[in-house]
Amino acid sequence: MKPDDKLARRLEAHLRRREKWRWPEIAFWLAILAAIFTIPSRDALINEILIAGLFALSLDLILGLAGIVSLGQAAFFGVGAYAAAILASMGLNDPIFGLVVGAALAAALGFVTAPLLLRGSDLTRLMVTLGIALMLGELANRNAWLTGGADGLNFSMGKLIGLFPIGFLGQRNAALYSFVVLFILFAVARRLAQSPFGLALAAIRENRLRAGALGIATGRRIVAVYTVSAAYAGAAGALLAETTQIASLDLFDFHRSANVMLMVIIGGAGWLYGGLIGAAAFIVLRDVISAATPEYWEFWIGALLVMLVLVGRERIGEAFARLSPWAAARSLRRGAA
Amino acid sequence: MSAPALEARGLMKQFGALIATDNVSFAIARGARHALIGPNGAGKTTLINLVTGVVPPTEGQVLLEGRDVTALPASARVRLGLSRTFQINQLFPHLTPAESLGLAISERNNSGADFWRIAGTRPGIVAEIEDLLARFGLEAEMDIPTRKLPYGKQRLLEIALALATRPRVLLLDEPAAGVPEEERQDILAALAALPADVAILLIEHDMDLVFSFATRISVLVAGRLFTEGEPDEIARDQRVRAVYLGEEAHG
Repeated sequence: MKPDDKLARRLEAHLRRREKWRWPEIAFWLAILAAIFTIPSRDALINEILIAGLFALSLDLILGLAGIVSLGQAAFFGVGAYAAAILASMGLNDPIFGLVVGAALAAALGFVTAPLLLRGSDLTRLMVTLGIALMLGELANRNAWLTGGADGLNFSMGKLIGLFPIGFLGQRNAALYSFVVLFILFAVARRLAQSPFGLALAAIRENRLRAGALGIATGRRIVAVYTVSAAYAGAAGALLAETTQIASLDLFDFHRSANVMLMVIIGGAGWLYGGLIGAAAFIVLRDVISAATPEYWEFWIGALLVMLVLVGRERIGEAFARLSPWAAARSLRRGAA
Repeated sequence: MSAPALEARGLMKQFGALIATDNVSFAIARGARHALIGPNGAGKTTLINLVTGVVPPTEGQVLLEGRDVTALPASARVRLGLSRTFQINQLFPHLTPAESLGLAISERNNSGADFWRIAGTRPGIVAEIEDLLARFGLEAEMDIPTRKLPYGKQRLLEIALALATRPRVLLLDEPAAGVPEEERQDILAALAALPADVAILLIEHDMDLVFSFATRISVLVAGRLFTEGEPDEIARDQRVRAVYLGEEAHG
């Protein structure tokens, strides 16, 4: 064997190192599935977490992969939710149809508004995205003939693939539906992140000047990932509307955009699981703390956030890693190699 | 005769009342080894930014192998073969050298928008990354995040990245700046080994490097092209000396 072949193989192994699903990942997904079946009394909460996780994944696509900040992700969430809700209230209540249309409309909105994000600073982007979400919320409010206005929309969903009722009569079905959609979209995002397109996004995040100097059409890449992100957020919104069978104006609320940002920051941006873990942590914490002190739970979320941002996740992670028995084994192995 | 690799015609850049670049014209032959020198504040960086398309000129044109690229954005000029390195490293701190080079190569051969293929699955691209790593002595560091590399290695990656775009014209902005003495030889060797058919414009303060590398030298002073000539002409030119000595006297 030539030494060159060895380098080529090492190189390929390095570039493809994240391709295989590893056991912690598989365990993660199986654990969710197990939770859905073993604690049916909590299926509504699990469903909420899965949808929030998908919503957070949508933000992680732009924030974590490409470094584009947004405080208006609720715009796409709301569009996806209202699209599914309006279709259902007109009698077109097949869940998958509503999901696809919701995601597509949100994607279209993302594609149209993405060029607004190409200029200016992060502050510009925060304000532009925030402004778009405010505008859409007000449009939904003013067009009550379509959206039900402040009363919201009530409707009944059809059965999933004509067989399984979702919603109050089928909490588990609803959670399973959200699980499958989340898993498929996650797998797509995972692949996308490892593609040359994903690498180009990382380059844009890390150093936009140099990305351009390597011939990357940075604007076009950002528009593309923003459109995908909008579709994901729209899908999350459609899932929420379909599984709760209600759509109201708070879908567009600022707190949704802010909370989803918190989830991604809590879980860690850029590795895709961060949004899911952050969503779970956020909602479980809210559930546990608000049961004890109903008015007080945001205090602890706030404290967690301040700690994460100031102390830094890596340092907290390292402190935990040193405590774990695996760390000792790993350092032993490294010493041997 | 074919058009020069890179040509500037009457380039001018005005920032408010300040004229940073004043009617600069030059031509760089294919495969040339050309250096651009000048005291601090002469407008070298502005000139590079005009040529590469980072900032638009107030007046004038930039031609790449005879084609007018003045209206094209920086990324489009790169695709046509005009690439550059930066005086201050512009790298991707969390990506590895292998990933950084791979993405530059993918972008060049139009597979940079592939979203359904895992990076590293094209043997052609892998072979090219391998070749560049070997050429710049980065094999051992290929899978280490760039931010953890020693400065000299980062400097080499800076050049390797620009070369990964397969330029026809390469602008090197102070490639040896800040490199410690013991790593300097690696940079000089890498510069000497650059492909002969690529025209190179070297912007440098280090006169030893300039005179050992370039076969033609342009001197920029106060935004204007002061003179241009062979290295020994420039070395003998009393006015050039005065400009540099004058600067030293001020500084």
